[in-house]
Amino acid sequence: MLSVSGLTMRFGGLKAVDELSFEARAGDITAVIGPNGAGKTTVFNCITGFYRPTVGTIVLTHPDGGTYPLQRMPGHRIASAARVARTFQNIRLFAGMTVLENLLVAQHNTLMAATGLGVLAVLGLGRYRAAEAAGVKKARHWLDAIGLTARADDPAGALPYGAQRRLEIARAMCIDPVLLCLDEPAAGLNPRESEELNQLLLRIRQEGCSLLLIEHDMGVVMRISDHIVVLDHGKKISDGTPAEVRADPTVIAAYLGEGEEDEVPA
Amino acid sequence: MTPLRDAFLSAIVALGLCGPLVGLVTTSGDRGLSIHARPIATAVVVGLVFLGRLAILSWRGRTRAEAVQANRAFAERITRAGKYVTPVLLVAAVALPFTGSRYYIDLGTLVLTYIMLGWGLNIVVGLAGLLDLGYVAFYAVGAYSYAILATTFGLGFWTCLPMAGILAAMWGVMLGFPVLRLRGDYLAIVTLAFGEIIRIVLTNWVSLTNGPNGITGIPRPTLFGLAFSMDGGSGTFAGFFNIEPEVIQRIIFLYYVILGLALLTNWVSLRLRRLPLGRAWEALREDEIACRSLGINVRNTKLTAFGIGAMFGGFAGAFFATRQAFISPESFTFIESATVLAIVVLGGLGSQLGVALAAVVMIGGLEALRDFLSFLGDQMNSEVFAGIASELPLYRMLIFGLALVVMMILRPRGLVSGRTPSVALTTVKEIAPDLVAQGRG
Repeated sequence: MLSVSGLTMRFGGLKAVDELSFEARAGDITAVIGPNGAGKTTVFNCITGFYRPTVGTIVLTHPDGGTYPLQRMPGHRIASAARVARTFQNIRLFAGMTVLENLLVAQHNTLMAATGLGVLAVLGLGRYRAAEAAGVKKARHWLDAIGLTARADDPAGALPYGAQRRLEIARAMCIDPVLLCLDEPAAGLNPRESEELNQLLLRIRQEGCSLLLIEHDMGVVMRISDHIVVLDHGKKISDGTPAEVRADPTVIAAYLGEGEEDEVPA
Repeated sequence: MTPLRDAFLSAIVALGLCGPLVGLVTTSGDRGLSIHARPIATAVVVGLVFLGRLAILSWRGRTRAEAVQANRAFAERITRAGKYVTPVLLVAAVALPFTGSRYYIDLGTLVLTYIMLGWGLNIVVGLAGLLDLGYVAFYAVGAYSYAILATTFGLGFWTCLPMAGILAAMWGVMLGFPVLRLRGDYLAIVTLAFGEIIRIVLTNWVSLTNGPNGITGIPRPTLFGLAFSMDGGSGTFAGFFNIEPEVIQRIIFLYYVILGLALLTNWVSLRLRRLPLGRAWEALREDEIACRSLGINVRNTKLTAFGIGAMFGGFAGAFFATRQAFISPESFTFIESATVLAIVVLGGLGSQLGVALAAVVMIGGLEALRDFLSFLGDQMNSEVFAGIASELPLYRMLIFGLALVVMMILRPRGLVSGRTPSVALTTVKEIAPDLVAQGRG
């Protein structure tokens, strides 16, 4: 699905990511973990086109066989053509727009294609009306999934924090991604919200979208991920199933900590 | 410090400052300059400072909660009133020529030109959140496009109008390209420079634009081929309808042309807001990085905002040229950009009704203030007011500037500051202004 090889990202003298290679398989939830400053978000920014890697390739293979060299594509094409969606560590919603508008903006390219270069739609002609109805229907589907249907007409900025996190995920899903990249989706959530998030992520996987997530909450990581990549100082120090990674002595030394097994819920 | 004591001290400071500045006036008489005292004028100014200081102190005396509450109530009232204000304004605009007063129709035409410019700039500044200080450039491009096409090739107004719009839009896109990466202050400075460049080119490219002398004899628009000339022949409006040719007919026709153009601008903006493009503009104003992560082509979206905003500026420019029949670079100075931007900011970024109200207040209000001050001056014919009465109209910009400052303190997000959602699942609920981003360019 996603194949990262030899990825290096340099900021001046600093090597934030160093010769990183890993694979994320289709239909899996792949987690990237590591201590603060390990280069996790940098990897994400390279995959989603916000940074251009210094060296290395990132190749995405669609289920239909099409391949996309993400390291060479402009940022917006990674979302619109390669269908890689992402969320942000600090939530980036359109706060002054309603929940529904947020979800419709995410379908911009599909809706735009139905406006007949804008001219027809301005005149109220063409198939835009039908396209918008379909867009609202899709938004409705995700609103039901995240339990925010009743608040569809409220501004996104007025939602509680947990709901904003879920909305950001729903918005990303509205571009019909094949790969969804989540940057610390459980940060700041209480245990109940965190559990709801797990269910939402499992549901997204069930609908056929692969996931890549950065997370510090080991409860979320160990419970739902199929595959874990551990980074430290920009280098990969471990790669495998949750059980393998938890038993890996280098990971315990660098990140999980020794003799504190009870802090890591099974 | 008690409010009275504070206000008294302010008055003393004002007396110290204004004593020489306002209280003494030099007049040239037979024996050279002589100095006269103006005690009444000084007393008036000092009294105003005293009362003004008291008013500010009592206003500040309210608790913050009270102030917020009052502000919110006002916003709700305005939003509710908006439903009725819009049709009333529209009817008033359509009915204005029936007053038959040339003064009012001319003033109405001027106000409508600024409303149209405000609505055009609103697309760029209000929706897309890109601060543009050089909007007058597109107004100039539209005006000169029409003037040059009409005087060189003999084309009519209605043929040239779309061309003027397209040329202005092209310049909008050309300005858009280099400034795509700039934000905030940097964007503002470059657009400001662009406006000046256009004006300086118009001044110096004498072979094309006739330089500072401007272009004269720009043809007037026709009504389906019927001209509004005074000879009353068969090809003219008056001749066709068998009525006496009068100048007022042309004035009224021009008024309806700009009313139509302004309503077109409004209609297109309102439609675009509800389409993906308009939503993308607003999303861009809210968060550009999130837009990119959702596959929106930020570059193209910004360019369309610049292009479409510029196009309406170009239309307005072509109208300006045909109305004046004479244009020169002097009409396209920075103050025009500033006025239009002030209209958009005062009205409330993104609000169509707000922009219209602000244009009426800023252009019509200034004119009304001038009339009022002259009237007041005429009433004060007693000896004690000598010296102030005749000068009173000169203070209008000062009063107006103060009124704007007070306005922006009371309503920092403009007259109509909420945001109406473009789509709703069940009910449309107004969005409070503190949630809506203002754009950082």
